[in-house]
Amino acid sequence: MTIHNTSGCEGCPMTAQLEQMGLKLDKFDRIVALAGNPNTGKSTLFNTLTGLNQHTGNWPGKTVTRAEGGYVFQNVRYKLIDLPGTYSLLSASQDEEVARNFILFGQPDCTVVVTDATALERNLNLVLQVLEITEKVVVAVNLMDEAKRKGIQVDTRSLARDLGVPAIPIIARNGEGVQTLLSTIASVISGEIATKPLRVKGSAQFQSAVNSLSEEIKKLFPGVPNARWLAIRLLDGDVRVKEAIQSGEINDLVNSQRRSDVQFSSRMAVEGRQ
Amino acid sequence: MTTNKEITPQDILLKADALRPQLGSGFRDEIVQSMYAEAQRITDRAVQQDKKQKWDLDQRIDRLVTSPIFGLPIMLFILAAIFWLTIVGANVPSQLLATGLFWIEEQAANLFTSIGIPWWITGFLWHGVYRGLAWVISVMLPPMAIFFPIFTILEDLGYLPRVAFNLDWLFKKAGAHGKQALSMAMGFGCNAAGVISTRVIDSPRERLIAILTNNFVPCNGRFPTLIMLATVFVAASFPPAFASFVAAGSVLVVVLIGVFFTMLMSWILSRTVLKGEASAFTLELPPYRRPSIGRILYTSLIDRTIFVLWRAILTAAPAGALIWILGNILVQDVSLANHIASFLNPFGLLLGLDGVILLAYIIAIPANEIVVPTMMMVYMGVGMMTDPPSYNQLYTLLVDGYGWTMLTAVNLMLFSLLHNPCATTILTIYKETKSMRWAVLSVVITLGTAFLVTFLVASLVRLAGWV
Repeated sequence: MTIHNTSGCEGCPMTAQLEQMGLKLDKFDRIVALAGNPNTGKSTLFNTLTGLNQHTGNWPGKTVTRAEGGYVFQNVRYKLIDLPGTYSLLSASQDEEVARNFILFGQPDCTVVVTDATALERNLNLVLQVLEITEKVVVAVNLMDEAKRKGIQVDTRSLARDLGVPAIPIIARNGEGVQTLLSTIASVISGEIATKPLRVKGSAQFQSAVNSLSEEIKKLFPGVPNARWLAIRLLDGDVRVKEAIQSGEINDLVNSQRRSDVQFSSRMAVEGRQ
Repeated sequence: MTTNKEITPQDILLKADALRPQLGSGFRDEIVQSMYAEAQRITDRAVQQDKKQKWDLDQRIDRLVTSPIFGLPIMLFILAAIFWLTIVGANVPSQLLATGLFWIEEQAANLFTSIGIPWWITGFLWHGVYRGLAWVISVMLPPMAIFFPIFTILEDLGYLPRVAFNLDWLFKKAGAHGKQALSMAMGFGCNAAGVISTRVIDSPRERLIAILTNNFVPCNGRFPTLIMLATVFVAASFPPAFASFVAAGSVLVVVLIGVFFTMLMSWILSRTVLKGEASAFTLELPPYRRPSIGRILYTSLIDRTIFVLWRAILTAAPAGALIWILGNILVQDVSLANHIASFLNPFGLLLGLDGVILLAYIIAIPANEIVVPTMMMVYMGVGMMTDPPSYNQLYTLLVDGYGWTMLTAVNLMLFSLLHNPCATTILTIYKETKSMRWAVLSVVITLGTAFLVTFLVASLVRLAGWV
């Protein structure tokens, strides 16, 4: 699949269906999170969609907090969250924790993992980790132009088949493929596109351990969205998750993530300077 | 193990601990490895690399700009070139702006007088508030409008991670984190932003070091001060043909001194209050990307230039008003400003500065980028100078009128480089560390260094009899 036949409607301007909403965030119908490795163009995509001017720069770790913006696509209002870039969801630095807490407890309606087409293998490690947590995922394969210049061809169909979630080639900088990305996000949220994320199976013993533990977690924290992931982390001995369970912080996180984050990050978005 | 009715968190943790040994010790690695293997398998199927195409230009450039021999010199050269462009480019617009804005002040004040508005209203508004604004705009706007876009181009191009790469060994020696180079580079833009950007550093110890030492690199607000001093004083003693190069060179030296103190203080901190070893990390060198012009203009002009200028204007207006009041309230026939300045003078002289400079620093605490404008206003409020000031006249005024020497200029640059963070940065440090202690320490460290260094330089120079 090449970039040219994916944007669906080459001639029509992006603004036909996309309306950039900037910081008008008081009412929204859906929450979409942008995750991905550092420096894959999350902030550029964010700016393209929201019309905001989140600072972009070509160096890893530029976004350390989250920014929020809004857009309207086919009359549905979306709130878009630009998360700090992370290589994994397992380590402990502050920026990674911001991303991890949101994907886990912010319960976005869809998580878009922005990947770098020129370094796909490394990027997929994060994709696989996100797939462990949630099934509402769309993979955006960004920097297709850069890949082309370097003679790299990415077969996004094969990628989508293997991952069990849609993979859309885009060039965030000039908006190519963005239209398709947006309609895919909408279809994944509505359930029109059913996803079947690839998950690590492990041994039978591992599976039964995870299952019995996640049952317990669900009982203790009704409504917790990712009991399976928490169970795996506990088995792995993740200190941070252990603390969160012990102190009951998990409940607070689930309840407060959305509310407090709206206030915090719309302020950051206004200040906008990191 | 657990009763199904009442599960406590402890039960879950115990259960996890009980289950873990059953899985065997290798299960963690198995999970990670199967993920890596999966990623590789998927990539192999989806990605085709065209072997014929050569795309190692990036690598060739990287080999040069991060080479052990050429890396640092190239970096210094780029930095010097930026300063030189800024100095050469800003000189004329600065003069024009100053001439124009001060002409307006003159005309407006005359107009006010001619229609019978009391002198103190005219003075307060035009010679106070307006003059403060005029100074800030003419001194700061042109250098920023040149410096910011160039800096943003480098950032968009992907040069910053290369800088971090080049400086890594230095930071490691200082017991700090290599990524501190990134937060330091951001500090050149704005120290408050630099402090926030330290979040990329995982270890709390190294992050604190990066926060506490960030202020030792001059932010964009302080560059105009350095550039003006370098142009007016240091370069003035050289033939005009070399003047701009000398000016750029001396700004570069000041920046290097700042980097030196960053290292020194990191070293001291990592051996005293923040003991520990430097941790290893991987830094990705992203491919070079063509910067997009629209974004650069937006980021550098709207986000940075206008933002910094607006902040300066907000503090300059009240500062101008305050200076005018201090200069016009007479106690025993001498203005209040003069009283305070002469009170501070002995201490100022000890540091190679003078009382007026210290007074300006105190007034400019909210945003210390307006120190030079403030200082000028105090001098002008104390003496009576009505001509629109050009760089030459400034030189004459300060040297002949107020006994400035090369030592005063150099120490003022040093002081401006090393002294306490501005109010915004201090607040940011407090917010980031959630501790009053570290915020206070950041002020103590910087101010202490500034006093100590200027005092030592002044004493040395006087001992050697150069002044």
